[in-house]
Amino acid sequence: MTDSAVAADLIADRLVPFPKPHFLAAADLDPPFAASLLDLADAFVDLNRQSSKALDLLRGRTILNLFFENSTRTSSSFEIAAKRLGADVVTMPVGASSVKKGETLIDTAVTLNAMRPDILVVRHGASGAAALLSQKVGCAVVNAGDGRHEHPTQALLDLLSLRRAFGDVGGLTVAICGDIAHSRVARSNVALLSMMGARVRLIGPPTLVPGDADRWGCEVFHDMREGLSGCDVVMMLRLQLERMDGALVPSTREYFRFWGLDREKLSWAAPGAKVMHPGPMNRGVEIDSDVADDLSVSLIQDQVEMGVAARMAVLASLSARLEGAA
Amino acid sequence: MSLAIVNARLLDPASDFDGPGCVLIEDGVITVVDHGPSARRADQVIDAGGLCLAPGLIDIRVRTGEPGAEPKETLKSASLSAAAGGVTTIVIQPDTDPAVDDPAMIDFIQRRGAALGLVNVRAAGAATKGRGGTRMAEIGLMHEAGALYFTDGDQVVADSRVLQRIMAYATAFNAMIACRPADPWLSEGAVATSGELATRLGLASAPAIAERIQLERDLALVEQTGVRFLVDQISTEAALEVLARARARGLEVAASVSINHLCFNEVDIGDYRTFYRLDPPLRPESDRRALVEAVRDGLIEAITSAHTPAPAEDKRRPFAEAAPGAVGLETLLPAALTLHHEEGIDLLDVLRPLTEGPATLLGLDAGRLAPGAPADLLLFDPGAPVVVDADALRSKSKNSPFDGRRLQGRTARTIVAGRTVHAA
Repeated sequence: MTDSAVAADLIADRLVPFPKPHFLAAADLDPPFAASLLDLADAFVDLNRQSSKALDLLRGRTILNLFFENSTRTSSSFEIAAKRLGADVVTMPVGASSVKKGETLIDTAVTLNAMRPDILVVRHGASGAAALLSQKVGCAVVNAGDGRHEHPTQALLDLLSLRRAFGDVGGLTVAICGDIAHSRVARSNVALLSMMGARVRLIGPPTLVPGDADRWGCEVFHDMREGLSGCDVVMMLRLQLERMDGALVPSTREYFRFWGLDREKLSWAAPGAKVMHPGPMNRGVEIDSDVADDLSVSLIQDQVEMGVAARMAVLASLSARLEGAA
Repeated sequence: MSLAIVNARLLDPASDFDGPGCVLIEDGVITVVDHGPSARRADQVIDAGGLCLAPGLIDIRVRTGEPGAEPKETLKSASLSAAAGGVTTIVIQPDTDPAVDDPAMIDFIQRRGAALGLVNVRAAGAATKGRGGTRMAEIGLMHEAGALYFTDGDQVVADSRVLQRIMAYATAFNAMIACRPADPWLSEGAVATSGELATRLGLASAPAIAERIQLERDLALVEQTGVRFLVDQISTEAALEVLARARARGLEVAASVSINHLCFNEVDIGDYRTFYRLDPPLRPESDRRALVEAVRDGLIEAITSAHTPAPAEDKRRPFAEAAPGAVGLETLLPAALTLHHEEGIDLLDVLRPLTEGPATLLGLDAGRLAPGAPADLLLFDPGAPVVVDADALRSKSKNSPFDGRRLQGRTARTIVAGRTVHAA
């Protein structure tokens, strides 16, 4: 058998139908299923590293990438994932067309639904938008980020990166640092990492960490030295520049001084600690290039690679559920 | 280099000690405090001759004109004025031009102050950029540079969301925020307190509740954010009640009062005397009485001079057009001593909000007669009569409402880090 045939067999072995009709939030997963999804994603990683990456698992399926917010990396990651699985993909930067013409989200959904897609991948600036769409369409919906609510595939790819780096996520102490308040990445990661047995800490200025975040089952810190002490993983979040000119943080230099990850701050974490960032990075604001580019500590490039594999696993699994239903 | 001050009446609010004693100083630091008559050998011995020896005064609200309005006041003239008044630490307000709203400015003021070799010059940072009330200033970096607290001074942060964020943010550094309680809309354009007198004089006035309303808001935000907070220049009885209620609920908030509001009431405005045009405006006698009682009961952490230099050209105007504020560094001690002489408040209780109170509030080592504390000292005669002569003040601006007043209390010697910086 060829390498790709081996991979295809492995994938067929590991393919488990998605337990829910949509993937809207980290809570749609449960620990055993998340683990099997990661096993599947591992197989996709192997496949993706071969020269011949194409599968026909999703042949005949139509996937619509519906991005109401600009995003290059997430939309291309989904597009590549779908194409490698043999699906027909249409990526629609909706922000530029129907929204400007005054069409509501529901109208857009109904219109697109009439085109009979199998999976709708949605990114929208409003929290709850993906859930609303899922109620109005007949296909599976994958939330690719809704407002400041959830970004579950990001959490899944982070989990995949961590499991590959550490073997097991259970028992790890993960610090999520920065703009927790506005971050869907943080919310999905808190849910998924906690579900998988990791201990999650949140670190950031009080203006960027919700006051009741400690009720999420996380420890909250405002001081990096205290918060990073003993952490195995430091997950930095992107800080939107418009939040930094005195609205929530006085300035980028002050933010970097107290919450930007550099060598010194990283040294406060546990020995061998790994650094993550969902991208795109603001170098010199939330993270120093010196740390971000050091492959011995940074998982940032891995995260991008894992993104494609994790999304392939999600799409394949949702498609398997559709087959079961048919 | 050692220095002994013998034969003194020690007044130390921190240890509640009022009695004869002697203090030994080595290398600028107090090393021994003897209670009871004693004599210590030292390189230099000062015989106090029975005068009072207290910690040097700490004034947490001093405005200057440096940078930006040097003809009004410089750090040097303010320091000279402080030294002459027995004030050994001054905290410069950020309302200069440009405002003290970044760490380099904090550094500038501290360096300039230190280079003068007079009193300890410290700084408060602005809470918002340019004191504009909209964008948070670099509180963390300024705190690191040595800013003692953060305030927009007389400029009220009107936007509650901005203030809430500032307060929440400050908690990350355990930094203290100070706010003037004055509802900005009710207070707009007001130069007097609403009442019969303001009506008769025809002055634009704000009701006293403008202070209460804003204080209620500020304290609600303090309660929510948990920030360390200073009520800057409380001036009405109604606000004191709000403060007392908040403290009864367990909220830890400090309050300061200006010496002017302890010594004067609105009647002093009299025939439109602009030296009594203050901000907050002078209040009815009932408010002044309530403030005096609050000092007596130890409810006020700090008495300030609210030193606000304004040159003659800014004061020689119709009352409503005159610049608000009064200088007060040099008159702070005798003015405060009226609380002892006229109101019968114990000397230690008068000195506490001028020494230990602000020191504890700002986390300073000074403000006490104790081994290890810096030798910032004030030797004074509490009973000596003085007639205030505004023209003789060291301040570049002479706008003293005490001009011509007969007070008691003369600074004999001011010592900073063991060095005499003023001797009468």
